[in-house]
Amino acid sequence: MASYAGSKSTGGEGSSREPHVLAVDDSLVDRKVITSLLRKSKYRVTAVDSGKRALELLDTEPNVNMIITDYSMPEMTGYELLKKVKESSELCQIPVVIMSSENVPTRINRCLEEGAEDFLLKPVQLSDVSRLCNRVLR
Amino acid sequence: MDVSMLQRTYSDLLTSLFREGILNQQFTELQQLQDENNPGFVFEVVSLFFEDSGRLINELISNFNQQAVDYKKIDAYVHQLKGSSASIGAEKIRSVCQTFREYYDKNDIQGCYNCIQPLNQEFVTFKSKLEALFTLEQQIVAAGGSIPMMRH
Repeated sequence: MASYAGSKSTGGEGSSREPHVLAVDDSLVDRKVITSLLRKSKYRVTAVDSGKRALELLDTEPNVNMIITDYSMPEMTGYELLKKVKESSELCQIPVVIMSSENVPTRINRCLEEGAEDFLLKPVQLSDVSRLCNRVLR
Repeated sequence: MDVSMLQRTYSDLLTSLFREGILNQQFTELQQLQDENNPGFVFEVVSLFFEDSGRLINELISNFNQQAVDYKKIDAYVHQLKGSSASIGAEKIRSVCQTFREYYDKNDIQGCYNCIQPLNQEFVTFKSKLEALFTLEQQIVAAGGSIPMMRH
């Protein structure tokens, strides 16, 4: 069920100019929604279904401007992915945003303390993405 | 059939889906994501949901029918279903999932069990209504009309 869906941007040129966002979510439906939300906001998107695939991609693809990841995923949670990114000298500069359907303050704080840029409650909306990207990606 | 009649039927159906609480505001968000760069988005994501949830619900039902019910597994399935239904605005499905999880958190097995049939029913209803909506869309477009925009 993995997909490197969307390395090509739809309907746009200058894909090297658009910020490239890596979206990580094990839910097929949510992956499709977050991809469309980001593309509507004019970002180039690559969507993967696990932390493991995210790290594989980050290893080979140098130009990722932001990572947006679901928190609850099997095998590697979004928090664990966040930690690995922040612990890596190559990757630690990349802003990481966590999404979750559950509003758990201790969870949110733990992610922010670990260096997450922001924490979004699902279902994520267009206004969340615009606000976020305006701040994180200029 | 007359285009304006099709359009009227479409608007009425969509309005009733919101009024009955089958759809919520998140569905409108999805409609806003559909554009000339992403023309089939709503149909595609809802179709994914049909497939994905249909599978989850079948797993739920078959798990419940076993000798030793694995409630943890069931809860995981319901969590997934809750997430994806919330993402597309399938409010009633989301709501039954929420109720299930509240029972689960209280270790109320009977309560959990009582949610399964309603969950399946809401899914069947949702699927048939959305399929009707998409059919109307196709008919309107085939007749040369445009899809009416809902105003909220």
